[in-house]
Amino acid sequence: MSGQPMTKTVDMAAFDRRNADWYIDKLVQALVFIGGISAIIFVVGIFAFVTKEGFGFILDRFDFQEFFTSPYWYPADEDAPEYGILALIAGTASVTGLAMLVAIPFSLGTAVYIAEFASGKTRETLKVLVELLAAIPSVVWGFIGLSIMNPLIIELFDVPVGLNVLNAGIILGLMAAPIMTSIAEDALKAVPDRYREAAEAMGATRWQVIYKTVLPAAKNGLLGAVLLGVGRGFGETMAVLMATGHSINMPGSVFDSVRALTATIAAELGETAVGSDHYQVLFTIGIFLFLITFVINLTADLIVRGIRKG
Amino acid sequence: MFETSELNIKNQRVQRLFKILFLLMTMLLIAPVLLILGTLIVKGGSVISIDFLFTSPTDGMTAGGIFPALLGTVWLVAVALLISVPLGIAAAIYLSEYAGENWFTRIINLAIINLAGVPSIVHALFGVGAFVLFFKFGTSILAASLTLAIMTLPVVIVATRESLQAVPFAFREACWNMGATRWQTIRRVVLPNAVSGILTGVILEVSRTAGETAPIMFTGAVFFTPFLPQGIFDQTMAMSLHLFVVSTQVPGVPENLPYGVALVLIAMVLIMNSLSIAFRIYLRGKKKW
Repeated sequence: MSGQPMTKTVDMAAFDRRNADWYIDKLVQALVFIGGISAIIFVVGIFAFVTKEGFGFILDRFDFQEFFTSPYWYPADEDAPEYGILALIAGTASVTGLAMLVAIPFSLGTAVYIAEFASGKTRETLKVLVELLAAIPSVVWGFIGLSIMNPLIIELFDVPVGLNVLNAGIILGLMAAPIMTSIAEDALKAVPDRYREAAEAMGATRWQVIYKTVLPAAKNGLLGAVLLGVGRGFGETMAVLMATGHSINMPGSVFDSVRALTATIAAELGETAVGSDHYQVLFTIGIFLFLITFVINLTADLIVRGIRKG
Repeated sequence: MFETSELNIKNQRVQRLFKILFLLMTMLLIAPVLLILGTLIVKGGSVISIDFLFTSPTDGMTAGGIFPALLGTVWLVAVALLISVPLGIAAAIYLSEYAGENWFTRIINLAIINLAGVPSIVHALFGVGAFVLFFKFGTSILAASLTLAIMTLPVVIVATRESLQAVPFAFREACWNMGATRWQTIRRVVLPNAVSGILTGVILEVSRTAGETAPIMFTGAVFFTPFLPQGIFDQTMAMSLHLFVVSTQVPGVPENLPYGVALVLIAMVLIMNSLSIAFRIYLRGKKKW
């Protein structure tokens, strides 16, 4: 052996480190990769399947102008069904709008208090309470609107019906506030402490530090929090179904009952025959909702990510 | 030497004012939870008994208990968890241990955010289109749980990813230097150090899943069935839908009955949530690095 050149007799297999562990490693890598892309598959799947069910309507009956500008929603009419969702959009928009009026000041105020004023045990307790507020299921909120808020509004404002924009707006505001609070709080916490220290060293009071330094620095994150709150309000279903009164109206005041896009799907899908026009138009509304929340979430993400880079 | 100027006093006053204002806002945000809980306990407490929990509704759902709904929710949550927990943990392992910082990872993250942001009723439409009709599972626990699993997947992914990333990178490097493969490192070093954080996320997911209504309305949960679920292809009642039904759909329900249903549902959810929070605080205290 000694005189022969090594290269010719080298057994490549001896250098092959691919033992069982190596193969297991590759297998696991493939498996977790499937997990990783599952989120993409599901989002695409949601869009594909909802579109598939609603596609027939879009091809045959869809009239862009009627759909978005007519307030007449009579999809169950046998002779002359009408598919205008303007009143439903108005319902969703009015409730979400009022909800934001409630939620924005309260959630930003709470976030500022938790992040900048409170400390130690108080801060932890408040955070836990906000988290518990976020945990209340939407159907329970709806029930609260129905059984607690409804008589309260009738009593306080002397109106015949307490299930209206005001009721659903307050309920939805309370629902959206916790998630907005925690995102806003994250945004405030992301502002480096040295900003605060620098301002304090200049003799600024805590409020001046917050107002002049922290809030401007956290601006984008706070905007993202608000946008996500809007998205949440837009997509909320059960609470809105139960607290709005669910009657088709172009709202003129906060005491009008309205009907939301999401609630319409929830209330009517069970009564329709699979494949009918009515069934398909509900899926078309679903596509519309999907696209809107998609844009809202994308924008919020871009804004929030913008600050991390900047 | 430093005299307190008038401006300074004014500034101090403004600061105190804002502090009180924000505290007030915080209190006003939190007060409803306590009020709601109080009302539910007062009005619903009288309804709840062992019988209420363990008998079926009777007299067209105007009397009797909630057992089928309770059992149905347990079924729905259990099956949903069987699907979403392995998938979510796999996704989190990929994102935390394998994925690089590139456009592909960005897209996955965007997909997760969107999955969490899609309205629950759109998830329901997806469940109907995909699981009930296309895969022909019919309206069944399987179809409803799949819909729930996909909807709450982001909860597991985000919680797991956070706890994986909390494990110091040096732990991994030490393990690699011993000649371990990536998977060996994940299994022997990363996961054991992250398991409690993952558990916190899973408990949180149980709570989220149990409270959802819209996604199960058309995919597997029904207003009323005299039968208890026997398997994943059965339809079932569920707590959340039952609350909707007794408070809006059934005439002649005694006033306090829906309060009782709501109280049981919210107790389930809040107990799970508190467990998750308590567990997280306990872990933070125990953390060694």
